[in-house]
Amino acid sequence: MADSRALYEQVILDHTKNPHNFKALDPCDHKAEGFNPLCGDQFTIYLNMNGEVISEVTFEGSGCAISKASASLMTTVLKGKTVTEARALFEHFHEMVTSAPDTEINEAAVGKLRVLGGVRDFPIRIKCATLAWHTFTAALEGHSAPVSTE
Amino acid sequence: MSAALASRKLNPVPERLPVFDVEALRKDFPILSTSVHGKPLIYLDNAATTQKPPVVIDALRDYYEGQNANVHRGVHHLSQVATDLYEHARERMRAFINAAVSCEIVWTRGATEALNLVAHSYGRPHLGPGDEVLISHMEHHSNILPWQLLCEEKGAHLRVIPINDQGEIIMEEFDRLLSERTKIVAVVHVSNALGTINPVKEIVAKAHAVGAVVVVDGAQSAPHTPIDVRDLGCDFFAMSGHKMYGPTGIGILYGRADKFESMIPYQSGGDMILSVTFEKTVFNYLPHKFEAGTPHIEGAIALGVAVDYLMRLGMDRVAAHEHELLEYGTKVLQGVDGLRMVGTAREKAGVLSFVMDKAHPHDVGQILDEHGVAVRSGHHCAQPVMQRYGLAATTRASLGLYNTKADIDVLATALEDVNRIFS
Repeated sequence: MADSRALYEQVILDHTKNPHNFKALDPCDHKAEGFNPLCGDQFTIYLNMNGEVISEVTFEGSGCAISKASASLMTTVLKGKTVTEARALFEHFHEMVTSAPDTEINEAAVGKLRVLGGVRDFPIRIKCATLAWHTFTAALEGHSAPVSTE
Repeated sequence: MSAALASRKLNPVPERLPVFDVEALRKDFPILSTSVHGKPLIYLDNAATTQKPPVVIDALRDYYEGQNANVHRGVHHLSQVATDLYEHARERMRAFINAAVSCEIVWTRGATEALNLVAHSYGRPHLGPGDEVLISHMEHHSNILPWQLLCEEKGAHLRVIPINDQGEIIMEEFDRLLSERTKIVAVVHVSNALGTINPVKEIVAKAHAVGAVVVVDGAQSAPHTPIDVRDLGCDFFAMSGHKMYGPTGIGILYGRADKFESMIPYQSGGDMILSVTFEKTVFNYLPHKFEAGTPHIEGAIALGVAVDYLMRLGMDRVAAHEHELLEYGTKVLQGVDGLRMVGTAREKAGVLSFVMDKAHPHDVGQILDEHGVAVRSGHHCAQPVMQRYGLAATTRASLGLYNTKADIDVLATALEDVNRIFS
């Protein structure tokens, strides 16, 4: 098994301690709540749209270092993206964190989300890393029921 | 398969070992000599499940190798052997908790099913609109949900006995909530999330005084402290086999015979009847009335063997050993920078639940795992307890009879590493 230090990269610890866009948006065009019932993580994602473009994305809630850092990173990369681009990015991100440890990571596709690549060595943490993204998707689609990773 | 194993001669009541020697008994648990991520396994997740001694594992294998037959069915030799072993295990459970008669012991899938059985077979016929069920704020979900659902169905009210900051039931509040409307009081004996040992005997006396029955969730007490259901005076007591060094999928519901007699069956089917016609069925005697279908025979037999093992060690000595470790662990953990204990009751069993300033419980659990230390991180299926303390989760180290001070020391060292990574 890989060393946890590879998981807890400095960038991740920084995002956990000082999360970006960590606030509610009121009013907002979309919002959704996501839970990880296994460990009690809970986040709300807020979105404002300008046509097809995500003009603002913020989050609130609590969770482990991985889930919080992932949510924070997500908000920084989604702003200004179109819905199609955002979905494609989630796909690449999902592929990275669920890929086999010895396979190559498509660095160009994931960009700065690369720092969460260590998650794939710790399969139990995949849900932590993807919680914010699943919640973002739910917000986009206007689901009213909370998202659960279980 | 030896002839002896297939014989109907049953084991005598186990003799108490002359001393409780933790280093010697650790050898009874081969898993404790294994490694995790290249480090010796330090198993501190005993409240989730306990490890099994080879006598228990052997009992499962012996059953299938030489004793397998259905119980209470055939006239053939093997069926008699299996039935004897199965009923012998029931008798051993009776002795373990000092029930009056073995028909007060019903096999279930676990403590959860035991509690659901009481809710269904006692609660459903006895609860009406306006009646009240009292539970404590520190219950496991398995002792909340059956009552919550039943109260909704019956128009009854679920009332919650508050707990203080230390994690103790506030007895004055219990007194205040108790009334002639109270039909059932359902409380946990030892809290899985906090370790609190509740004053069950006092609760029972007070509840009985208003005519309520008392259901005790003993999943976390039976493996760690001597149990005497007649001394406690409770009407029902639920236990989980795999938390007491036995197999999964088997548990026990103790119920006072007079209560059991008056109750409706839980499930219906084979083995729980005396006679069936399409017009009328006469249900079987206790305890079989509550055991429809072919039971978890080998699980029951192996749990009986686990209880033999515990009786040889002596539950008083198990409790004393774990209490000494709890005191040591509490002292050591309080020395870890930024660590706060959750659950500091005066009467406490071997649960060390805590949060850390710098790291989320899930991250703590991950780093401890890398040190070979197995703990639980999460809400421990007791979300209302977490809400009481404004937490989403804690990290929980829970002790078993084979743990040592050295295990606690490794835990403390690993926690220092958490602080280093998250500094």
